[in-house]
Amino acid sequence: MAAERLKDHSKESRTFKARAVLAFFVVIVMLCVLVVRLYYLQVIEHDRYAAMSEANRVQLQPVPPTRGLIYDRNGVLLADNRPSYSVTILKEEVSDLDATLAELQSLIPLTEREIESFKKRLYQRRRPFESIPVRFRLTEDEIAKISVNYHRLPGVRVEAELIRYYPYGASLVHAMGYVGRINEKELGRVDPTNYAATHYIGKLGIEKFYEDKLHGEVGFQKVETNARGRVMRVLERSDPRPGSDIVLHLDLRLQQITEKLLEGRRASVVAIDPKTGGILTLVSTPAYDPNMFVTGISSKNYNALRESPDLPLFNRAIRGRYPPGSTIKPIIALSAIDSGIVTPSYTIFDPGWYSLTHGGRKYRDWKKVGHGRVNMYDAIAQSCDTWFYDVSHKMGVDPMSKYLGMFGFGHVTSLDLPEALGAILPSKEWKKKSRKTSWYTGDSLNMSIGQGFFVATPLQLATAMAVIANRGEWIAPRMLKGTKIINDAGAEVLEKPDFSGGKLPPADVVLNKDKHWNDIIKGMRDVMHSKRGTARRAGANSSYEIAGKTGTAQVVGIKQDAVYDADKLAEIHRDHALFVAFAPVEDPKIAIAVIVENGGGGSSTAAPIARKILDAYLLGTDPLVEAKDDK
Amino acid sequence: MISNREFERYMPEAHDHLRQRPSLWSYTRLDGWLLLLLFLLCGFGLFVLYSASGQDMGYVTRQAIRMCAGFVVMVFLAQLTPRFFGRWALWLYVIGVALLVCVMLFGVGAKGAQRWIALPGFRFQPSEIMKLILPLTVAYYLAHRPLPPSFKHVFISLALIGVPTVLIMKQPDLGTSLLIALSGVFVLLLSGILWRYILIAVGIGAAALPGLWAVMKDYQRQRVLTFLDPESDPLGSGWNIIQSKTAIGSGGIDGKGWLSGTQSQLDFLPESHTDFIIAVVAEELGLIGVLILLTLYLLIIARGLVIAARAPDSFGRLLAGSLILTFFVYVFVNIGMVSGLLPVVGVPLPMVSYGGTSIVTLMAGFGMIMSVYSYRTMLLK
Repeated sequence: MAAERLKDHSKESRTFKARAVLAFFVVIVMLCVLVVRLYYLQVIEHDRYAAMSEANRVQLQPVPPTRGLIYDRNGVLLADNRPSYSVTILKEEVSDLDATLAELQSLIPLTEREIESFKKRLYQRRRPFESIPVRFRLTEDEIAKISVNYHRLPGVRVEAELIRYYPYGASLVHAMGYVGRINEKELGRVDPTNYAATHYIGKLGIEKFYEDKLHGEVGFQKVETNARGRVMRVLERSDPRPGSDIVLHLDLRLQQITEKLLEGRRASVVAIDPKTGGILTLVSTPAYDPNMFVTGISSKNYNALRESPDLPLFNRAIRGRYPPGSTIKPIIALSAIDSGIVTPSYTIFDPGWYSLTHGGRKYRDWKKVGHGRVNMYDAIAQSCDTWFYDVSHKMGVDPMSKYLGMFGFGHVTSLDLPEALGAILPSKEWKKKSRKTSWYTGDSLNMSIGQGFFVATPLQLATAMAVIANRGEWIAPRMLKGTKIINDAGAEVLEKPDFSGGKLPPADVVLNKDKHWNDIIKGMRDVMHSKRGTARRAGANSSYEIAGKTGTAQVVGIKQDAVYDADKLAEIHRDHALFVAFAPVEDPKIAIAVIVENGGGGSSTAAPIARKILDAYLLGTDPLVEAKDDK
Repeated sequence: MISNREFERYMPEAHDHLRQRPSLWSYTRLDGWLLLLLFLLCGFGLFVLYSASGQDMGYVTRQAIRMCAGFVVMVFLAQLTPRFFGRWALWLYVIGVALLVCVMLFGVGAKGAQRWIALPGFRFQPSEIMKLILPLTVAYYLAHRPLPPSFKHVFISLALIGVPTVLIMKQPDLGTSLLIALSGVFVLLLSGILWRYILIAVGIGAAALPGLWAVMKDYQRQRVLTFLDPESDPLGSGWNIIQSKTAIGSGGIDGKGWLSGTQSQLDFLPESHTDFIIAVVAEELGLIGVLILLTLYLLIIARGLVIAARAPDSFGRLLAGSLILTFFVYVFVNIGMVSGLLPVVGVPLPMVSYGGTSIVTLMAGFGMIMSVYSYRTMLLK
């Protein structure tokens, strides 16, 4: 037994040793396999994996430039950038999007529409690891609620970004426009590299027209990110070039005074500095708060704006096409005297109506009993329709169209208001083309008092005033005064805008006789400062001389023998009240057009408003304060 | 009892020792070489773990505490004689299998697998201690049979191996069950099992592969498919292996430097401080670092095999041999998996991966190997 055990023992030991050696050999072979594998990965394939590791680690991120600011002529900030906190979702980190949204919804209120537009953004063009905003403008409370629940919400973050803020809200929306979140269509139009990090773009007005100046140039940074896309450190950075700050001709004080004067009305005022063409005031009421549009307006608010009968979204100042009424009479008179049809002393007797043929249709004067004997000066001062019927009958439509055209009617002459309309300047050719009928003499009579086919925008009327104030010299209306730049000396200076690349400005109005300027300006002065001038009340007691013209535009036609009774007409069928002017006459500093929709008479409604604006600009008074003192 | 003379005849290599007085060191009953190598390995592991855990001293401290606990267990087991383990082998086996049955009935776990037994204030994985019990039991069984084992003994050994393997496979934990089965198989292979049995087993194994596929769970099949083609799902199940290969490959020959691995420090590498820690070694310390680590492993295995070969009886030889080979399999499977040679199975890198039970079990195994070593020196006294 023992011998057998010993014998076994020896043999077993030998067998074991043989197997152990074999096992060790196998171990070495297998370790070699590992070494070969690692050699393959680390030496032969090293470059490939090093590149993959670099691609994992390093991301090129665009850095959005800060949008340029907008100032008024006195340096008041009109459009600012403010930090806003948004809650965003990084899709790469979220496994179940709906669950995350539901979780988020339990913390902060999210509307259906917000979720819908979030999902829309999700499928838009997007960089990898770019987070998508769910809700903007979080309150402190909401930020806190999300922050403490971060651990339950992988991929959800609160991010700060600078967004446009308009401190004066509705006051300037029609003058400046606004920015809003960039949409797919706009992304297709802009340089994708420069807009790689930009989420907002000018949608309207100045913000849209000067988008290139205001946007700036995108910067880039090479960042090291971890597996969850979080930036660990910045490796390299080329700073973005911020957008240029721009200065407008706009006078915020005047704008706000004007807005107050028009409160509660559907109205528009445009005021221009004739020397520079700078638009001092551009008001259209009612207006709306552009801040609502920056991060996306709710459909409820938008529908309310869209369905309001007062059309707050409608920019009356540059798109409202109104019959100019009597406000164009100075230019009609100018076309008659400068074409040599009549002289300023040409006198007629006005019985209160005019007819082309004996016993034919009566073209009424606004004054039923007539103005009696009137020459051109009287006709302008008293707004005598009959004198203009007679003169337009004599000269026909062609001189009227020609002269009105020279003053910018029928065209867009503004340089940087992208939404401005050219409205309609009627002519024989125009009527043939659009109405397919020939021009009738009656059309000429209507046109001479600014009725009929002729429509113009408040901006066009103010522009025409500026041209008269400049005695024919054309300085196109513009919003932009200059761009703030740092000069070589390191000081901040205002660089004058270069409009040469745009459309050509209209040719200066050159009259056959320069004296004719004096003639019509005298007529317009008489409107304000003569005993029988239609706006003598508005012109009374002024320390400077005003050249103006009232206008009352019919909204509904009046039957031949009917009597116009404002009280009986529904408000929306009342006449529009218009007034145009420039002042002071000797050295014009401001040209203005006022339109109050359904405001009644130009002399009773529009002219007093204009006078207050002129006083505010020229004398520095505040009509709102004075009104209080009166009481 | 065998006499010294007789012993000398059959253990000629022990001759030199007989002429020396037993040193003070030998009273500790620890193998100095193995101890030194284990210290180096643990040090290396802690060094890498500091980087892999995102420079978190907390991890390093906890790991060091576990290593200390492991050393205590090792030193304790080294004091016992192999015979002591042998006496308890069958009992331990019965208890182990009973615990595995308990896991199946009342076990707790996560992700659809039941692997733990929860006792108040403490929970453990019976499959972990089975890693020691099974080779012990099979070695004990075969050591008392004439070797090479007869067909009947081989069959009984396979049955001993089969029961816990199937139980663990059912948890399901395919990786552990295969490793445990392998530790039993190593005993058989080292016992001198006839080559024709081995060839037959290989043949049957190859034929059974499709059957294995059929009993695999969906996630296990997914792992195999991912292994075969990681690019098929680069952000899902293929992510791990793509990122670990990227980490290894980008490390190059000399690495990106300790604490400077971008894949690991920026969290691209999943499980960087546990199962995938070798990728951190490869990325930060390069091929050189990996070779140093592999050399340490190789020396430990060589020393283990030497101890096994010098053991005076079959039981000690088989026990020490199978434990050390199982140790190697952990190394091979882990590195093979992380480098994309093998499918992803949850096997930690011995002594380097962060994790409690694995280290204590491994150290207990070394304790048993040292017991085999000291039993030999005990005979010399």
